[in-house]
Amino acid sequence: MRQARTRCLGAFLLLLALLAALAVWNINAGSVSLSGGEILRILCGPPDSSTEYGIVRTLRLPRICAAVLLGGALSVSGFLLQTFFANPIAGPFVLGISSGAKLAVSLVMISLLSRGHTAGSGVLIGAAFAGAMASMGFILAVSQRVKRMSMLVVCGVMIGYICSAVTDFAVTFAQDSNIVDLHNWSMGSFSGIYWDSVAVMAAVVGVSMVLVFLLSKPMGAYQMGEVYARNMGVNIKAFRLALILLSSVLSACVTAFAGPISFVGIAVPHLVKSLFGTAKPILIIPACFLGGAVFCLFCDLIARTAFAPTEVSISSVTAVFGAPVVIYMMAFRREKSSL
Amino acid sequence: MQDYLYTENLAVGYNGRILIDDICLHLRRGEIMTLIGPNGSGKSTILRSIIRQLSPIRGTVYLDGRPMEGMAALEIARRLSVLMTDRVHPELMTCRDVAATGRYPYTGKLGLLTAADWAKVDEALEMVHGEDLAERDFSRISDGQRQRVLLARALCQEPEVLVLDEPTSFLDIRYKLELLSILKDMVRRRNLAVLMSLHELDLAQKVSDCVACVGGGAVTLCGPPEEIFTAASIRELYGAARGTYNPDFGCLELEPPAGPPQVFVIGGGGSGIPVYRRLQRQGVPFIAGVLHENDLDYPVAAALAAEVVSEAAFTPIGEEALQAARMRMDACARVLCPLAAFGPMNEKNRLLRTLAEKAGKLE
Repeated sequence: MRQARTRCLGAFLLLLALLAALAVWNINAGSVSLSGGEILRILCGPPDSSTEYGIVRTLRLPRICAAVLLGGALSVSGFLLQTFFANPIAGPFVLGISSGAKLAVSLVMISLLSRGHTAGSGVLIGAAFAGAMASMGFILAVSQRVKRMSMLVVCGVMIGYICSAVTDFAVTFAQDSNIVDLHNWSMGSFSGIYWDSVAVMAAVVGVSMVLVFLLSKPMGAYQMGEVYARNMGVNIKAFRLALILLSSVLSACVTAFAGPISFVGIAVPHLVKSLFGTAKPILIIPACFLGGAVFCLFCDLIARTAFAPTEVSISSVTAVFGAPVVIYMMAFRREKSSL
Repeated sequence: MQDYLYTENLAVGYNGRILIDDICLHLRRGEIMTLIGPNGSGKSTILRSIIRQLSPIRGTVYLDGRPMEGMAALEIARRLSVLMTDRVHPELMTCRDVAATGRYPYTGKLGLLTAADWAKVDEALEMVHGEDLAERDFSRISDGQRQRVLLARALCQEPEVLVLDEPTSFLDIRYKLELLSILKDMVRRRNLAVLMSLHELDLAQKVSDCVACVGGGAVTLCGPPEEIFTAASIRELYGAARGTYNPDFGCLELEPPAGPPQVFVIGGGGSGIPVYRRLQRQGVPFIAGVLHENDLDYPVAAALAAEVVSEAAFTPIGEEALQAARMRMDACARVLCPLAAFGPMNEKNRLLRTLAEKAGKLE
């Protein structure tokens, strides 16, 4: 027990250290390189009119905050879905929930843009949530009939393709110069996020995370299976509904601001559980958040700098690092029958 | 003493269709009640309805004197805990973690366990002889160990009534006995009421204070095991047209081989049983004799032999039985005599053996 506690503490410290290191690196890296002293001056010093100050304060910092918040939200959303389906292969991307959100957001954006309005953050989140819930509803309906997770994932991937096809179609035929942004967004990117968006996402993610954390007790019981959870006094219906709503809100929030981001929801919870050596929700929920933040900061760093000045979509980078983890899990899990 | 858990006109089933009607079970603390019955008779359905996994179609279940539907989930959780057949696959959990989930109804908003809670967890593990398992990965222990850990989990809930659905399935005979003796011990030490279903009639007979037979859409019989475990009621319950139930041994015997008897077996005092069983396996019809009606061999012979030549209990074998046995022995081609001990009561069996030897039939 003491050993386990030390391990968890160490793992948390490791994640925090990685987070700090990557944040600094992210501030520093890019077309304009900065020294440590400059960064310190910009972060702590009085405002000035230098280009560096502007770049860090208005471009890089909000982007880092977004990557932290959204990466964390995404991986927690994955963990919630895995708990719900009692299967580690579940995640917002593979189940088509991100794609549903993406479709809804792009349709709303295009219809608003064509009337000359720009969509506010609240509208985007609302649309994304509606889309996510639509996909989720479909997946839940299918899961009543199909008990095997692999089939459910296939269904999710199909939904994903359908939604992406419709989105691409809409984006291709929409006429507006703003569509360039839309195109970037629909591939998944943390670029073009400013402080006002960060404030909104911080509020949504913050409130959701508090609620998720309060669910950690029934989640622990639910990991023992529905029968035992009910016997221990968990209100199964309410609990399942809360899981669905919260995971949808979190992944909808991510999609609304950064587009669909693949594999974070599966890979990060798995890596975090392996790192901590436990699946206790009370530890894994905050750890997943930290882990997702670290993972997305890292991937965004690569997306920005690997082929600079061209930016790669964040989803491509997360797929490169996340998909192998998922394949490894599928191939080497002990209870293969439940997949 | 008052009934701790009881049902009133309970009707259970799926999708509004009644599977078992008019269930009236009464269970006191310190008692074990076992449901027996054929597969698919609805034992699990009854248990699932009582623990509110299924909603009853009609009727009421009372727990601690109150109808369960009016009770909050946590109130129930502190009084009733379960060990069901559903497989659990918790990730990365030690056996202590699994047992500790049973503290759920007693912990705060975040489910953190206090030192006192952990002490209770360890106490529960000790009770199921699972101290050595505490730090082991739950997904890497045997079925028997798993059942014990899940039993410890149920104990951590500090229940007053424990509901178990076939707790001994998948366990080998050693673990079956171990689990049931742990259960007995718990009932005694914590004054628990236990309601469970069992497949093994011999175990049900040994461990239960009360047995309820579930079959044909009803609870047909309910009473102490000595009343329930009779050949007639078990045959009726299981509709066992083939074979018979042996209430003395608490086991089922296969049906006797068909055809004219070929072998005469001189047995007694338990010496005949392995021979009867072997002949039955080989499909050889046989006659058993001369057995006293209170002989150890008698119930098995009665189940497996084409015919049994018998003598009244505690009476030396008489002329009549001897003649009957001789006549039948003459009709058989072979004679087996596993019996080696002779005395005043069964002196005539020695005579039978000598006769068989002379006729060259004794093997």
